[in-house]
Amino acid sequence: MPRAAIEIENLTKDYPFGFLHLKKKRSLEGLTMQVEDGEVFGFLGPNGAGKSTTIKLLVGLIFPDAGSARILGRPTTDIEMHRDIGYLPEQPYFYDYLTAAEVLDYFARFHDLTAADRGERVARMLKKVGLETARKIQLRKYSKGMLQRVGLAQAILHDPKVVILDEPMSGLDPIGRREVRDIILELKRDGKTVLFSTHILSDAEMLCDRVGVIVGGKLRGVGAPGDIVGMKAQGMEILFELPSGGPNATAILAKSTKTGDRYRMQVSEEELFLALEQLRGVGAKVLSVAQVKASLEEYFMHLIEADRAQAAAVEVSGK
Amino acid sequence: MRRAGAVALNTFREAVRDRVLYNLVFFALLMMAAAIFVGGISIGIEEMVIKSLGLSAISVIGLLIAVFIGVGLVYKEMDKRTLYALLAKPVRRWEFLLGKFGGLVLTLTVNTAAMAVGLFAALLYVKHHLERADGVLLIAIYFVLLKLMLVVALALLFSCYTTPLLAILFTSGLYIAGLFVEEMRNFHFTTPNPAMEGLFRALSYFLPNFENFNVMAAAAHGREIPGALILQNSAYAVSYSAIVLLVAAAVFSRRNLK
Repeated sequence: MPRAAIEIENLTKDYPFGFLHLKKKRSLEGLTMQVEDGEVFGFLGPNGAGKSTTIKLLVGLIFPDAGSARILGRPTTDIEMHRDIGYLPEQPYFYDYLTAAEVLDYFARFHDLTAADRGERVARMLKKVGLETARKIQLRKYSKGMLQRVGLAQAILHDPKVVILDEPMSGLDPIGRREVRDIILELKRDGKTVLFSTHILSDAEMLCDRVGVIVGGKLRGVGAPGDIVGMKAQGMEILFELPSGGPNATAILAKSTKTGDRYRMQVSEEELFLALEQLRGVGAKVLSVAQVKASLEEYFMHLIEADRAQAAAVEVSGK
Repeated sequence: MRRAGAVALNTFREAVRDRVLYNLVFFALLMMAAAIFVGGISIGIEEMVIKSLGLSAISVIGLLIAVFIGVGLVYKEMDKRTLYALLAKPVRRWEFLLGKFGGLVLTLTVNTAAMAVGLFAALLYVKHHLERADGVLLIAIYFVLLKLMLVVALALLFSCYTTPLLAILFTSGLYIAGLFVEEMRNFHFTTPNPAMEGLFRALSYFLPNFENFNVMAAAAHGREIPGALILQNSAYAVSYSAIVLLVAAAVFSRRNLK
């Protein structure tokens, strides 16, 4: 049986706080999960859920209080493991006195590449992330989105087998987000394993084979995006326009919301065809029909509220 | 070692691009002013004044760079999170520390060498010639460099676990205490208390002895410096720095980067 690319077992992390660092706050509790070889895995959760903590534990920036993690069969403390991983930190920041080409060349030096190989890879990566025209500008003049692209380029520069991206879409405009999505899909096509954290549901849905949801430092479920986050359609939304002076549409308008010149109507999946017939009957122009899904925020809120309710129940029964 | 070299070169490049070497302009102006004015006010002792002033300036400027940049070597990388992407590469934490140390020592070496050239140029302007005895200045400058290496190691250690402000206080405190090591060893002349005497004696062996590196007076007067002292100071600075770097590596190897 092939070994998982990333194996996490009972990973626990406490952060000390207070004047003498005597108090501890649990950031991650007994996290156990696996990311299979060649899959794109989305790590979902609200801010402060423990996503970045998990990723930092995986790349060896912090150390666990309990548990262990292995990447490609090697413990995260093994320096050789770092040859095969690429990492994009959250809101990356690089040496601002260097140009994009210089910073990539600097990072490439740690992978024992020849000068010619470094030059070729740096040029290819800059082109890939759309920075070839800005290659000679110091990073202190870069926008947040451009820095994110540099971060992505340095993460995949050495052709790693496992790519770990912490909020890769953060700070990017729609075009940038699309480019990052394309790069992730390209990595998947090349057989790489990708783990990325996000709190944007559509990104996960579009890219991931599986997702893991983490809330309050605890893993709440792992599975296909539609199954785990309850992203199945909760209804259908029809966007339409009504002709002026058309037949009486009072019944339809009662169920609709007007936005500008357009109307939105939400119906169940079973009622969809009937509603479309009614719209045709009043001469409406249907602009779009889309599934309505629960937002990730709603899902997270649901989990957090369930946690609070459980905590309250424990407290009451304790009395 | 190649990875530590890459970090060192980048640290040097940072210092150059952050205009750290601009201090050389100040030094050059100081030497020019001294060379022009000292002859007019101190007939016969121009040479000594130029040597003392030059060596003192090399030492003070070097110390300022070593302390103020040294304390930010690691802290700045953690604070700005530039370290995150780097430590995910196949580089060990001690290699990173060694590289940062090497980079600042390289910066100080280039800076000190440039100032040494300036000092000899000023001396040549005043004396119109150089003689063999002036070579002692090179040894004095070498000792300044050894001292700076030790200061960088201390600053780097503090940079691994505390803020720059506290690191400046700790590094400066140790430097000042290290100038009085001989006095601590001879404390028995001034106190009858054997416990205090023992404490100060132990402390005098624990603290870095910066007094050993001060041969400015001898160099200014053109007195010879024994070869044994050169060997002793070299061995002392290298081994003390190595021990401090080992402690820094031990501290930093388990440090959580939040």
